[in-house]
Amino acid sequence: MISEIAVWLVFFLPLASFVAIAFVIRPFLNGYAVTAGYVSILAIATSLALSVWALGTVAHEHTSVEFAPHRWLTIGTLEISLGVTLDSLTAVMLLVVTSVSLMVQVYSTGYMKGDPGYARYYAYLSLFTASMLGLVLASSLVQLFVFWELVGLCSYLLIGFWYHKPSAAAAAKKAFIVTRIGDFGLLLALLYLFFNQDKFPAGLNALNISDINDAALGVLGSNVVTWIAVGIFAGAVGKSAQFPLHTWLPDAMEGPTPVSALIHAATMVAAGVFLVARFFPLFEASTTAMNAVAVIGGVTAIFAATMGLVQHDIKRVLAYSTVSQLGYMMLALGVGAYGAAIFHLFTHAFFKALLFLGSGSVSHAAGGTFDMRYMGGLRKVMPWTYVTFLVGSLSLAGLFPLAGFWSKDEILAHAWGAEGAVSQVVFWLALVSVFLTAFYMFRALFMTFEGDFKGGAAKDPKADAHGHHGEMHPHESPWPMVAPLVLLGLAAAAVGFIANPITDLGVVPIHWLTTFLSEGAAHETVEFNVGVATISSAIALAGIVLAYTIYGVRRPAISPEAMGRWFRPVHTLFYRKYYFDELYEGVLVRGVFYRGVAQALDWADKSIVDGVVRMVDRLGRNTGRAMGQLQNGQLQGYGLAISVGVLLIFGVYLLFR
Amino acid sequence: MGLESFLAVGAIIFCIGLYGALTKRNAITVLMCIELMFTAVNITAVTLSRYVVPAGLAENPASVSDDVLQTLLTGQVFTIFIITVAAAEVALGLAIVMAVFKNRESVFVTDATEMKH
Repeated sequence: MISEIAVWLVFFLPLASFVAIAFVIRPFLNGYAVTAGYVSILAIATSLALSVWALGTVAHEHTSVEFAPHRWLTIGTLEISLGVTLDSLTAVMLLVVTSVSLMVQVYSTGYMKGDPGYARYYAYLSLFTASMLGLVLASSLVQLFVFWELVGLCSYLLIGFWYHKPSAAAAAKKAFIVTRIGDFGLLLALLYLFFNQDKFPAGLNALNISDINDAALGVLGSNVVTWIAVGIFAGAVGKSAQFPLHTWLPDAMEGPTPVSALIHAATMVAAGVFLVARFFPLFEASTTAMNAVAVIGGVTAIFAATMGLVQHDIKRVLAYSTVSQLGYMMLALGVGAYGAAIFHLFTHAFFKALLFLGSGSVSHAAGGTFDMRYMGGLRKVMPWTYVTFLVGSLSLAGLFPLAGFWSKDEILAHAWGAEGAVSQVVFWLALVSVFLTAFYMFRALFMTFEGDFKGGAAKDPKADAHGHHGEMHPHESPWPMVAPLVLLGLAAAAVGFIANPITDLGVVPIHWLTTFLSEGAAHETVEFNVGVATISSAIALAGIVLAYTIYGVRRPAISPEAMGRWFRPVHTLFYRKYYFDELYEGVLVRGVFYRGVAQALDWADKSIVDGVVRMVDRLGRNTGRAMGQLQNGQLQGYGLAISVGVLLIFGVYLLFR
Repeated sequence: MGLESFLAVGAIIFCIGLYGALTKRNAITVLMCIELMFTAVNITAVTLSRYVVPAGLAENPASVSDDVLQTLLTGQVFTIFIITVAAAEVALGLAIVMAVFKNRESVFVTDATEMKH
């Protein structure tokens, strides 16, 4: 049994580390900034241990552990409470967040070594992790919303960590503003619940997550449920970078690479999927909402994968891959495969963190560039990075028996088995993305590690080569960077089969994770579907083989340039990201907002608001001038005025006596 | 000759004085007109002092209280004061006119406009 304090500590330890670093180490002991890393790692390691304990408790008890919420605010009849939920979903998320965060923080001691903002970096990382843990633990919607926004704030701070780079500052703003559009939907859903608390029966708190889920079935009208679900989903779309709010995530590359790993694997984007999973009973109560989730997820999966095909920046390839994989998870949720979605979130966290950290290691070796056209041949000089990156890529491509295979197959099997036209459509979307995923991942792998070294940062005109000039000599990264890669590599290889085996392993029962996650709800687990698995594996293999024939051999039968020429319009469309940035920046921001709304408001401000002010000013000035005319310095004029005034007063007195 | 005649003379002189004070440009004329207004006020004060209280005294001596009896000569005393103060004031006023004249060779009130806004 786990005590409530221990659960709270999971969240409070990283928060305490943030406070210690931000208010003690950074202002007073910045000369010893390296201690910031140790403090932060110690805190997150303890959190990880507590998370394992929490997971063990929940798994052992076979039920979620209930803690009575604490009263926070009472507004009229509404009570807003603070509390921790510890169900299977939270327990799994806690493990994912703390373990990935620990790996990222260990890796960062090597990657960020000597950075002038070292202490600040660790302060942000700790706050980021703490916010995500608070989000995962939250029992009330208000509490969840607070941490939701904190996660957004931290991602802003970390993406813009190198704020002196204009592109980083712009990317940070973009991430913040684009996710804010989605957050507006979540806020609307929250406000609806706040103002309609009287619709909830006695005993159910309108802002308690479990109570909302209970009320979704029957108590609330189906329209109301749909709209609340759509509002919540809008928040998830923003956070999880789903179509059409996906544009911020690829730009979020501007932050330090370990931050990208954290954002893409555990903290930021997982929050959207988590949110939908948290309100899953609510979504299930509305077919419309479920279909919306499935379609958005499916479209995003294939849409992002196509953009990933043609990027030159290795981190951008990975970023589109994340968007695509998040689409998978949404798709799974949409077809009702709750357990499969979280299972994929779980495995994806490990292999995506691995791939990002691997790309950071590659860039470290290549002197700071992320452009794959200037890499190549790194396999021989950095074997550890190569092997772990290969494992991550295979896992992401979904090849037997790596982690990604099991979770991806679980989703595909669910989509295949689910009823309704929507799930059939998204099944095919998902299957096409399997091919695309395998292709772009191995394209990146071959471009980076095979062939000859093409000069690294010294040749890249855009890279700020940290003082490197002339010949580059790539080298393997130091052990604080390699160790997390190896650990994550092991996880990316094994975690899928161990956590959710298709046969009874004795220690781990069959379909353990999905059964565990679905506990207390009537979600069936789907049997391992050999047919779907074979087809998806074959498709993934085809993608890898195609990538090999184009990018893997020295004299390819089909050169990349020829491919680019043949598919010129499509290539351009993909490379320019379907012109979504242009659409948003040019049409929406500049056209509609700047030319339309902003200029209309500017006109109103200038002519109406300023006009009233200027009128008041002119009235006073003109009155003053007229009065001033009377004061002409002619004493006799004053005398006359006094005489006439006395006569007037006297006359009035006589009249109205 | 009664109360009204005296008051009428006072009012007429006051109006002449007021008219002159408000219309004449020459500061000395203005001063003279102010003296006229003083004179009018003096006439009115003495008239009222002479007629109002003693009239009541003659009709019904018992109706006049001691306080009122003590103010029997108030108007006359007031007038003596006003004549004295007016003399001083004229001396002062003429001195100012002299000073202004020395400064700008003019005794016209329209030329002294330093206090304009």
